Amino acid sequence: MGRYIVRRLLWVVVLLFLVSLITFIVFYAFPTADPAQLRAGRQPNPQLVEQIRHSLGLDKPWYVQYFRYMKALVLHFDFGRSYHYNVPVRKHILDAVAPTASLVVGAAVLWLVSGIAVGTISAVRRGKLIDRLSMGGALVAISAPVYWLGLVALYLFASDIGKVHIFPGAGSYTPITDDPVKWFTSLILPWIVLAASFAAFYARLLRGNLIETMSEDYIRTARAKGLRERRVVLRHGVRSAITPVVTAAGLDIGILLGGAILTEKVFNIPGVGMVAFDSIQNADLPIIQGTVLLGAFFIVIANLVVDVLYAFLDPRVRYA
Amino acid sequence: MAADALLEVRDLRVEFDTDDGVVHAVDGVSYSVERGRALGIVGESGSGKSVSNLTVMGLTRFQGARISGEVLLDGRSLLDLPKDEMRRIRGNEIAMIFQDPLSSLHPYYRVGWQLAEAVLAHRDVSRQEAANRAVELLDMVDIPEPRRRAQAYPHEFSGGMRQRAMIAMALANDPKVLIADEPTTALDVTVQAQILELIRRLQHELDTAVVMITHDLGVIAETVDDVAVMYAGRIVERASTATIFRTPEHPYTWGLLKSIPRLDVPRDAPLVPIPGAPPSLINRPSGCHFHPRCPYVREAHTRTDPRLEPVPGDPGHSVACLLGPETRRRIWAELRAGLEPDRARRAAEAQETSA
Repeated sequence: MGRYIVRRLLWVVVLLFLVSLITFIVFYAFPTADPAQLRAGRQPNPQLVEQIRHSLGLDKPWYVQYFRYMKALVLHFDFGRSYHYNVPVRKHILDAVAPTASLVVGAAVLWLVSGIAVGTISAVRRGKLIDRLSMGGALVAISAPVYWLGLVALYLFASDIGKVHIFPGAGSYTPITDDPVKWFTSLILPWIVLAASFAAFYARLLRGNLIETMSEDYIRTARAKGLRERRVVLRHGVRSAITPVVTAAGLDIGILLGGAILTEKVFNIPGVGMVAFDSIQNADLPIIQGTVLLGAFFIVIANLVVDVLYAFLDPRVRYA
Repeated sequence: MAADALLEVRDLRVEFDTDDGVVHAVDGVSYSVERGRALGIVGESGSGKSVSNLTVMGLTRFQGARISGEVLLDGRSLLDLPKDEMRRIRGNEIAMIFQDPLSSLHPYYRVGWQLAEAVLAHRDVSRQEAANRAVELLDMVDIPEPRRRAQAYPHEFSGGMRQRAMIAMALANDPKVLIADEPTTALDVTVQAQILELIRRLQHELDTAVVMITHDLGVIAETVDDVAVMYAGRIVERASTATIFRTPEHPYTWGLLKSIPRLDVPRDAPLVPIPGAPPSLINRPSGCHFHPRCPYVREAHTRTDPRLEPVPGDPGHSVACLLGPETRRRIWAELRAGLEPDRARRAAEAQETSA
């Protein structure tokens, strides 16, 4: 297992290298705007633009720029400076990780708990009213886009613009280190909005799996032993049916940690998604590169975690 | 019925609705087993042998199945017990082992854990005591190094060991009745014999009543005292094991016997499969349900429904067949001599007309 993990981590490095290269090439092949011009302001004189271009190194061929970038990255773990804000990229992005992580981890807890509960109940009560209601609701939740659901949630419940003033609205995010209570209340709406479609998806996934699992021979054995039905469902049924849910959760969390753009934008949470969104608008390559690498890093690590977790969930799985 | 029957099933009927119509899975089945005895239930797939026993266990899979009749365990009626009381009986007083031990064990839990769980379900013991009991049970079913093996997962066991573990699990709470549903079908022939011997040994040691469900007459010959042959949801013949092999009375039983090799018939006697397929349990054949496949069928058999009746002069033997006792005896004599069904029928008819 140890060797397997080491081998996988080496691949992570190779993969991130390729991702950085591709991002670089794409940025130069399909430029959205000239970073130097954007930086120079509204009415730039050509001299200033040239000067900026030179100071940012943009006058060099792309491969020279890439080499310089990688050299600083490998030798000093330095991601360069933002073209637009002229601040170190590493700090700029890492500052955004905490809000995104707060949003994603909280939402994940919410969607896992509710998705697993609803999925289990639906599977056990298949075809009954509660199943129909849950699955109907799940369909609505899956179909509702985050930007719509988020705006509706703000319109109804935000303390500033809402019909009923219950939860803090957009832009109220407070770091947990400043005020844990405010941190929590400010994230309630974003958590619910982000979790809704995932919870619905997980409920449907688990329901389908559990229904299939409950017709397995080993479930009949569990009943033949005289176990309580509750134990049959939870310890024998859900235990098996949950494996794909764990896989999906690992990957979804990995993807979202790289930035939950829509939710962050709707609720104005200063997370990685917002940083990435901004950087694209500003043609701010070092930040784009940084957020892409961070996102790729989370995704490949999530993949690795899921694969390793699988071996713990299913004793039949062994890695060498 | 014997007065000291431990498990008694009376006129059990199980039917359920499907889109195509009502399935008569079990159609008025009665049997009983005494303490320390073994009953074999033989039949093809779809004959209702598994459904009837799952119903006894309260494990009918079909939702909305209509169940009638009586199931008595030690005189206590099981069919109308509240769910939770039935649960207390399952795995405790009546236990069951299944056909495929690999799919019947949970792949994610250690074997010892799964055994201990069976103990904990019915006994007020500590986890440690249950774990010790699990090891003891594995030892009882001849699994070497039981303490170490208890820590293994089912996929780390061989097929025979898995079935031994299943048997150990079923016997965890010293059940009065053990129902074995095709316990050796998924196993190698050599392992089959070991498993059957194990069940036989434990049956005697623990004085358990055994119901052995199988489609394999070879299994029956080695392990049970009495046999019930099922066809299309009914018992068509019932007798002691020796009688079933020596003087079977039902054409279906003859068919089963003719389709397996035997040592006591001429070696060149051909193996004859039973023609056709088991009937649909939705639209069952009229009259005798076996008539479309019966080589000895007569016109009247398509109208009259035979009842299970005692065989004259043979106590404890009953059969549901419309052929006369004399005719049956003649046909079987010819079949035994190695004739094929068609010729046996003609020979028997010739005797009849000349008589």
